[in-house]
Amino acid sequence: MTGRPELPGELRSAAAHERAGTAPGEPFEIGYGQARIPALPGETFGAALTAAGVRSWRRTRFGGRPRGLFCGIGACFDCLLPVNGGPPVRACLTEAAPGDTAAPPEAPLPRPAAPPPADDPGPPRGYDVAVVGAGPAGLAAALAAADRGQRVVLVDAGARPGGQYHRQPPRPFGARRPEALQPDGTARAAEAALTAHPLVTLHSGESVWAAEPAADGFTLHLTGGGAVRVRAVVVATGAHDLALPFPGWDLPGVFTAGGAQALVKGQLTLPGRRVVVAGTGPLLLPVAATLAEAGATVLGVFDANHPARWLRRLPAALGHAGRLREAAHYLRILRRHRIPVRYRRAVVAAHGGSGVEAVTLARLAPDWTPLPGARHRRRLAADAVAVGFGFVAGVELPLALGCATVPDPAGLPVVVTDHSGRTSVAGVYAAGEVTGVGGARLAAVEGELAGRAVAADLAATGPAPATGADARLRRRRARLRRFAAALAEVYPVRPGWRGWLDGDTLVCRCEEVPLSRIRHAVEDLAATEPRAVKLTTRAGMGMCQGRICGPALATLLAAGSGAGPGVDATPLAGRPIVAPVPLGTVAAAARPPDPGRGDHGLDSPAR
Amino acid sequence: MALLKRPRSGPSGTTTTPPRGADVVVVGAGIVGAACADELSAAGLSTVVVERAGVGTGTTGAGEGNILVSDKEPGPELALALLSNALWRRIGEEVAGSPGAGIALEAKGGIVVATGDAELAALHRFADRQRAAGVVAEPLDPARARELEPYLTPDLAGAVHYPQDMQVQPVLAAATLLHRARARGARLVTGAEVVGLARDRDGRIAAVRTTAGDVATRYVVNAAGLGAPAVAALAGAHLPVQPRRGFILVTEPLPPMVHAKVYDADYVSNVASDDSGLRTSTVVEATDGGTILIGASRERVGLDPGFRVDVLARLAQQAIRLFPALAGVRAIRAYRGFRPYLPDHLPVIGAEPAVPGLLHAAGHEGAGIGLAPATGRLIRQLVTGEEPALDPAPFRPDRPALRPSGVPA
Ligand SMILES: Cc1cc2nc3c(=O)[nH]c(=O)nc-3n(C[C@H](O)[C@H](O)[C@H](O)COP(=O)(O)OP(=O)(O)OC[C@H]3O[C@@H](n4cnc5c(N)ncnc54)[C@H](O)[C@@H]3O)c2cc1C
Ligand SMILES: Cc1cc2nc3c(=O)[nH]c(=O)nc-3n(C[C@H](O)[C@H](O)[C@H](O)COP(=O)(O)OP(=O)(O)OC[C@H]3O[C@@H](n4cnc5c(N)ncnc54)[C@H](O)[C@@H]3O)c2cc1C
Ligand code: FES
Repeated sequence: MTGRPELPGELRSAAAHERAGTAPGEPFEIGYGQARIPALPGETFGAALTAAGVRSWRRTRFGGRPRGLFCGIGACFDCLLPVNGGPPVRACLTEAAPGDTAAPPEAPLPRPAAPPPADDPGPPRGYDVAVVGAGPAGLAAALAAADRGQRVVLVDAGARPGGQYHRQPPRPFGARRPEALQPDGTARAAEAALTAHPLVTLHSGESVWAAEPAADGFTLHLTGGGAVRVRAVVVATGAHDLALPFPGWDLPGVFTAGGAQALVKGQLTLPGRRVVVAGTGPLLLPVAATLAEAGATVLGVFDANHPARWLRRLPAALGHAGRLREAAHYLRILRRHRIPVRYRRAVVAAHGGSGVEAVTLARLAPDWTPLPGARHRRRLAADAVAVGFGFVAGVELPLALGCATVPDPAGLPVVVTDHSGRTSVAGVYAAGEVTGVGGARLAAVEGELAGRAVAADLAATGPAPATGADARLRRRRARLRRFAAALAEVYPVRPGWRGWLDGDTLVCRCEEVPLSRIRHAVEDLAATEPRAVKLTTRAGMGMCQGRICGPALATLLAAGSGAGPGVDATPLAGRPIVAPVPLGTVAAAARPPDPGRGDHGLDSPAR
Repeated sequence: MALLKRPRSGPSGTTTTPPRGADVVVVGAGIVGAACADELSAAGLSTVVVERAGVGTGTTGAGEGNILVSDKEPGPELALALLSNALWRRIGEEVAGSPGAGIALEAKGGIVVATGDAELAALHRFADRQRAAGVVAEPLDPARARELEPYLTPDLAGAVHYPQDMQVQPVLAAATLLHRARARGARLVTGAEVVGLARDRDGRIAAVRTTAGDVATRYVVNAAGLGAPAVAALAGAHLPVQPRRGFILVTEPLPPMVHAKVYDADYVSNVASDDSGLRTSTVVEATDGGTILIGASRERVGLDPGFRVDVLARLAQQAIRLFPALAGVRAIRAYRGFRPYLPDHLPVIGAEPAVPGLLHAAGHEGAGIGLAPATGRLIRQLVTGEEPALDPAPFRPDRPALRPSGVPA
């Protein structure tokens, strides 16, 4: 190892630090109840606690169940942690600072106290285009629009631009090769280009909590206070992991696949030492590879589907040499680490007291029903599980703006666009996973198309002439979409997962609603509609607002045989408050005075 | 094997096809239809409830569950509210024992807060009149109010405590009332819309046409909420129920912070407002899930589905004015509903004179949860010919305020 200071804690990955070429600052201590735990500058509370061997820092309200990190990206709210006597924050997102003290579960919950009055956010600032989300799609859209003369405000909830695919370690880690964990330097290049661009204003670490139409455009309200007024919006809010319940899925140590990936790529910290990777889909291979390269013992990759289905889809796969090479690259890494890859297997239970100690693997029938008999089950000692079944698009903003959606192959709503990202609402564009799962490359192509389209629409009064470059991008998009459709067919969610559950399995983690209570609502109280079930059981009414349980709940209630046609999770997907926001900030969002045409050149969008 | 069975069919179940005949058909499985089915089935009448969507998915699923006497002026609505209050208390006790069938009834009382001296004087005058009508209303000085609600603003002139105020979880309550009606033999048909009312030669109701089949019956109870005018029109009757939009803000779950239902004394003047503009007056209350509900605004904007951030801002401002510590608490959700209201702000409960056999139970505006059991009781008494528990005349469908000419433009 180089001259880097010793990293405190076993789960901080020396290998990942080495590969990224970090030069972290001096570790400092934060308080955790009576204990002191080390943290690196730039680290989140979640990573520091995990590295210190603390897997759980919260007990649930009703059942006193231990909770810690799960989704890793701010979607699930399992990781809530009271800091410095204030309201609980999401430990996966919140950076620790010297002198901070976090409260352990036994501490009484902090009493709400009036915060000091916030600074007056001032009148809304005017721009031409707001891009929401700085993943591959949003980065490409912002640059494409700004390069064509539009004043762009880019709002992203992450601490640093990049989104999920291009997640970078925090700046204070001083990584010389931040892209080493994701062999693609796009994010750093894009970040540099954005920062240097005179027409781009970047708001990192802030969410849009509400969006509404305004005269000649839209008003977006920001969690940091204040609002922006724009003529057009590009929604590039990405997705979060699709999680399906199984007994023990809420034990600390169970992560979503993307969440485990985010912890390693973003914080260079391992979710555990002995990790099982399970679920289905193309993300499982890179997640296992990242974990293994960062020093975890990956006990296996267990996909509930079977790749034989690929044979039938071969024509769609051909012509995607890049994607196939990428998969081969990950498989080589897994082989090097002697990691088995098995199909028609699933983690059907996680066991442990305060965190995962073991999992039960089961062989599955083609519809994912566990095969009967003990010989088809195996117990494996593990301290972490990374499990993912695909992605759930972040459609709250487009729904709030009235954009049309369609159910994707899993029944989850995605935004409908034309080939250039125009949604059904004039002035609103969408790109990336929010329009359907398709991976980072497709997201970037769609972002660029949307950025070009918004610039052309705002500049022109008639239809914009398509250039040769536009046509090439559209062809690429069409090709990548065909590939995405093939992937969706190879990695469907099959209804047999419902057979993994027992009556006590929580379906809604936030409100601790077990399957038995949902059964009672449906069978005894005749609450058959998704909304009626929600209102009678509280499933989906907790902090995450059904982001995690909504898709599973929709599948459970579907009249047909489960996922696929018949499931429509759209009724559970609308959230006019897109991100939790202090009431003080809501109170300050009184009707914004119109910045007016004169000041900002606001004009009606051309479409 | 299906993991979730469809609701059991048979005598205590629900179906997607209605039976051939019944004594009474109730249209709508909101809180009002549920309360009517509860009472009618208790009277031994065979009852069928026809709901086009799901249980409680209309306005009932978008309301708070306040059961208030505190906000009502002496008059027919207060009389209905007092009867309902007693009935809700009884229902709460009756269903408490059955496992999982609670309705989250909490008799937590209400506290109405006045921030200025003039407001306080008006509040005290209002409370005096209510007391004369049978409401329990206890004046609180600021110190006592803050003893009961430690997070209340120190800037208050005084308050009045209304121990009779309660709350339920509305959809759970509707589902539970329907559950016990079904246990008495009532049938619930969901996913079926009432599309026709057949009448015999004398003009009397003979059958109900639904998208899932016909039911022969002599009585129809129109508890279709905002759909009530359309159901009335199926028999050529006129019912001017209209929507009044409301938003509610919901916070993250918190340790106990607000104990009673707390609201500003200006609420009373807002409820009876004829102004079509925006009105907000905040009721702040905790739910048994630990969240705090802040509601609700009142706007007459038709069925406009939009959300208005400035309206949410008003709600937040008023809640923070009552409880300054709420400023640091996060809102996690906002929802919207449309109250079914009538021009004179009273529900219709009674027989449609032009159509024998048709009764209306609709238009409860922002109080349908609270007023449902008494509405069901009156409907039952009107159908069976029992002595009504209170004078039904003010709720008559043919009262002058509801005649087409009486509708303000
Ligand atoms: C946790 C996770 C990890 C993943 N890791 C990988 C991986 O390693 N390799 C891989 O190939 N694919 C990965 N994926 C798949 C990934 O979704 C795509 O490859 C790609 O990142 C999609 O790009 P995008 O631009 O559409 O969205 P994203 O990259 O998801 O970017 C969306 C951005 O929008 C922000 N955002 C969302 N809502 C708001 C709001 N209201 N206000 C402000 N900002 C908002 C988010 O914080 C995020 O930064 C991962 C997915 C997830 C969920
Ligand atoms: C924001 C807000 C806050 C509120 N707070 C409170 C409160 O705190 N306390 C209180 O007491 N009240 C409150 N209310 C009012 C209360 O919610 C309503 O008064 C009550 O829910 C009305 O119940 P309902 O059964 O008449 O109507 P609904 O619940 O709308 O039920 C009518 C049903 O009829 C069905 N239907 C309609 N047409 C047909 C047809 N042709 N065939 C079959 N079925 C049909 C509908 O699908 C619907 O389910 C509030 C309302 C709002 C919007
Ligand atoms: S782990 Fe922090 S929100 Fe999910």
